[in-house]
Amino acid sequence: MHQMTLAEIARGLADKKFSSEELTRSLLARIAQLDPQLNSFITVTPELAIAQAQAADARRAAGETGALLGAPLAHKDLFCTQGVRTSCASRMLDNFTAPYDATVVSRLAQAGAVSLGKTNMDEFAMGSGNESSFYGAVKNPWNLDHVPGGSSGGSAAAVAARLLPVATGTDTGGSIRQPAAFTNLTGLKPTYGRVSRWGMIAYASSLDQAGTFARTAEDCALLLQGMAGFDPQDSTSIDEPVPDYSASLNGSLQGLRIGLPKEYFGAGLDPRIGDLIQQAVKELEKLGATVKEISLPNMQHAIPAYYVIAPAEASSNLSRFDGVRFGYRCENPHDLTDLYKRSRGEGFGIEVQRRIMVGAYALSAGYYDAYYLQAQKIRRLIKNDFMAAFHDVDVILGPTTPNPAWKIGAKNADPVAEYLEDVYTITANLAGLPGLSMPAGFVDGLPVGVQLLAPYFQEGRLLNVAHQYQQATDWHTRSPEGF
Amino acid sequence: MQWEVVIGLEIHTQLTTQSKIFSGSSTTFGSEPNTQASLVDLGMPGVLPVLNQEAVHMAVKFGLAIDAEIGQHNVFARKNYFYPDLPKGYQISQMELPIVGKGHLDITLEDGTVKRIGVTRAHLEEDAGKSLHEDFNGLTGVDLNRAGTPLLEIVSEPDMRSAKEAVAYVKAMHALVRYLGICDGNMAEGSLRCDCNVSIRPKGQVEFGTRCEIKNVNSFRFIEKAINSEVARQIELIEDGGKVIQQTRLYDPNTNETRAMRSKEEANDYRYFPDPDLLPVVIEDAFLDTVRATLPELPPAKRERFQSQFGLSAYDASVLASSREQADYFEKVVGISGDAKLAANWTMVELGSLLNKLGVEIEQSPVSAEQLGGMLLRIKDNTISGKIAKMVFEAMANGEGNADEIIEARGLKQVTDSGAIEKVLDEVLAANAEQVEQYRAADEAKRGKMFGFFVGQAMKASRGKANPQQVNELLKSKLEG
Repeated sequence: MHQMTLAEIARGLADKKFSSEELTRSLLARIAQLDPQLNSFITVTPELAIAQAQAADARRAAGETGALLGAPLAHKDLFCTQGVRTSCASRMLDNFTAPYDATVVSRLAQAGAVSLGKTNMDEFAMGSGNESSFYGAVKNPWNLDHVPGGSSGGSAAAVAARLLPVATGTDTGGSIRQPAAFTNLTGLKPTYGRVSRWGMIAYASSLDQAGTFARTAEDCALLLQGMAGFDPQDSTSIDEPVPDYSASLNGSLQGLRIGLPKEYFGAGLDPRIGDLIQQAVKELEKLGATVKEISLPNMQHAIPAYYVIAPAEASSNLSRFDGVRFGYRCENPHDLTDLYKRSRGEGFGIEVQRRIMVGAYALSAGYYDAYYLQAQKIRRLIKNDFMAAFHDVDVILGPTTPNPAWKIGAKNADPVAEYLEDVYTITANLAGLPGLSMPAGFVDGLPVGVQLLAPYFQEGRLLNVAHQYQQATDWHTRSPEGF
Repeated sequence: MQWEVVIGLEIHTQLTTQSKIFSGSSTTFGSEPNTQASLVDLGMPGVLPVLNQEAVHMAVKFGLAIDAEIGQHNVFARKNYFYPDLPKGYQISQMELPIVGKGHLDITLEDGTVKRIGVTRAHLEEDAGKSLHEDFNGLTGVDLNRAGTPLLEIVSEPDMRSAKEAVAYVKAMHALVRYLGICDGNMAEGSLRCDCNVSIRPKGQVEFGTRCEIKNVNSFRFIEKAINSEVARQIELIEDGGKVIQQTRLYDPNTNETRAMRSKEEANDYRYFPDPDLLPVVIEDAFLDTVRATLPELPPAKRERFQSQFGLSAYDASVLASSREQADYFEKVVGISGDAKLAANWTMVELGSLLNKLGVEIEQSPVSAEQLGGMLLRIKDNTISGKIAKMVFEAMANGEGNADEIIEARGLKQVTDSGAIEKVLDEVLAANAEQVEQYRAADEAKRGKMFGFFVGQAMKASRGKANPQQVNELLKSKLEG
């Protein structure tokens, strides 16, 4: 049962081959059995899941239909879920039960999806290896000694290990696409503003975007359909009609113009990954696509710009965690300053504290122009690079990551080394563009992803290319041994 | 040395929107603590602000009223600092691109001259909650009902040269925001609060002296006293060879002194940056036109019209136009009575002293404009005299009904029947035969003085109801005839 994709589950439920409750119970048992090896969940909610599954079955019995009705999934633990702990994988929110549902959560619940729980992540989504979680590192099901990527590592590991068909995630600098690449999944980061951020605990507000993990592009289309759309509670969500993503899957790739940015294939890229990307390009050419080299000249500035803007916004976003109204509060504070210092010092982990300090510094009087404003200028240049490129090509293709998943602990001593792993993904966040990672093969038994980027609101085009590619290849069907 | 005082003011006005600036919570004052605080006001993880368009409308209205440039491209910024009544750890405000740019407001000084005070800018921001330091046994309570209430912070140029000018400016601003219906102006409830920037410099010097900011002064009287005490402090300090240090100070009405709160060095670095949760607000010309159409007649225009249309003096016109409520009341009274001079006098004098005595605003007047207008009609048609009218007015104030009811119930209708008046006069003259003799023997000057005595007696005998003019005429002919 656990090998089924979301599309297959939808058909099975529609044909009454099994009930949502049966499926849910089976997956809950699988989580209980296998997750101790992976640590992909922070909170599993069996009672709620079964109640939701029964409700979905009742709705179906009453004649309701829908691809997500009774479909199991899990949410990254930064989506607020009413009545369920929402921790952001931080000691700070270990005791926090959200009093409301994020829009992503409520929309999917309304569509009848069954949430099995909350997945592990880097603390406050800060990290690329899912090692900074207060609840411990997540293991990559393809090799338990390796990271699953981050920050949405729990969602990636859970779907890759067939504990779930799909899961939600968020992507601020690559936090969906990179773990998808590291775990042989299809991961989609939509256009900034496509999915509401209401109820999604902010890391970097101008970069954060919710998206999907699945094994196939087809499943990403189904899940995104349930999440996307304007939300009046999020001023940055965009009032743009949501197309039928499943309908976009089957278009021919004949004449599709693919751009390969030369900057994506230079020094720093593991040549074995480079070879696999070239193979993927060949497959797409066979499907009728044409290929062209392009340039994104400002890409080299992306990481420095990102590591100013994201921490700057984070330093402010995380100010509300002050020990006053919710979350962790230190023992016996002797005055207000002590309350703040110790609650935050004890409640936040080291990487979160590092980024708050970097961000506060970048916004300080006298440094703002040199750092924050400069970074915003770079951001505009990067966006302009993309706009120019999309005059000539329909999608941009390259590796999702320069290297496969690293060993747990390998980059702990040098945070900047970890930051550099986001080099290919960060630009899409800075520009607000949609991006997708899909399986493209293996290096040393570890999965490799190919990244596709498209113009604003062209999620359908990304899903189309990925789906057609997945009709012609079988990388995405491989499952990790033991799962 | 001759010192010149330089004052600039920051006025925080709470806008009278139905809901808060970034959430749907109500803004009603005085509710139970934390009952008007939504997820957004509490700064819960994951919540997002959505701008209240009404607040923008009100800010633009203000901008147009002070003839200011309206910012086409508005950016909200985060002002970062930690405080328990600031739930998010930042206040959403405007920094570089405020909604209202340079404008001005004219004030009338005591000698009647008009002075133009520059307004540097006015920007929208959210109010903080309140920290409650009493009743919690050494702990601090936090009430977030006020958190997120829209504020328009109006920053003046350092154009005022005395505490009196500062007060005149605040009063004019107070009247304006009430005219515009964008702030209730209730200073006791904190709806309009004032920070005063005060410095001194030797007369003739161009450069400004070092300023101190007196935070949160909340009445016209305290603004004047706080500034004067701060000026005295600075003068004394400098004349004793000291230097003014840039500081934030608090005014203590009990001691009539300001005391230091924090120095510039201790001030927070607010780390302003554009709020990524809010998109820039672009104000289009069509929106400006919509708002312009809602602008009421403002005090200067109203003053002029009161003079030209009703023939009032400049003083009367400016008193009556000083608040929209008073001007509206007055115009209603004129409309009913058809007599602007009478209406102006009664509104300013009798009604004014009644409201003063009761300590209420004209909106809470126990005598409505309809009642007062109705009474003035009875003065004009000679049903009652001005003197009786004061009785009727008092009765109306006591809730005894409208003028006609009171006149009827108390039998106050003026007696104009000359036969009846003559009868009263004959009685009065008979009862005062001695005085009548003296009168007839007296010269013209003396007679004039004595005449009043007979009028008084006659009015007394008629219990004030005899028509005074008729009494005068008939009395004269009887005494001299």
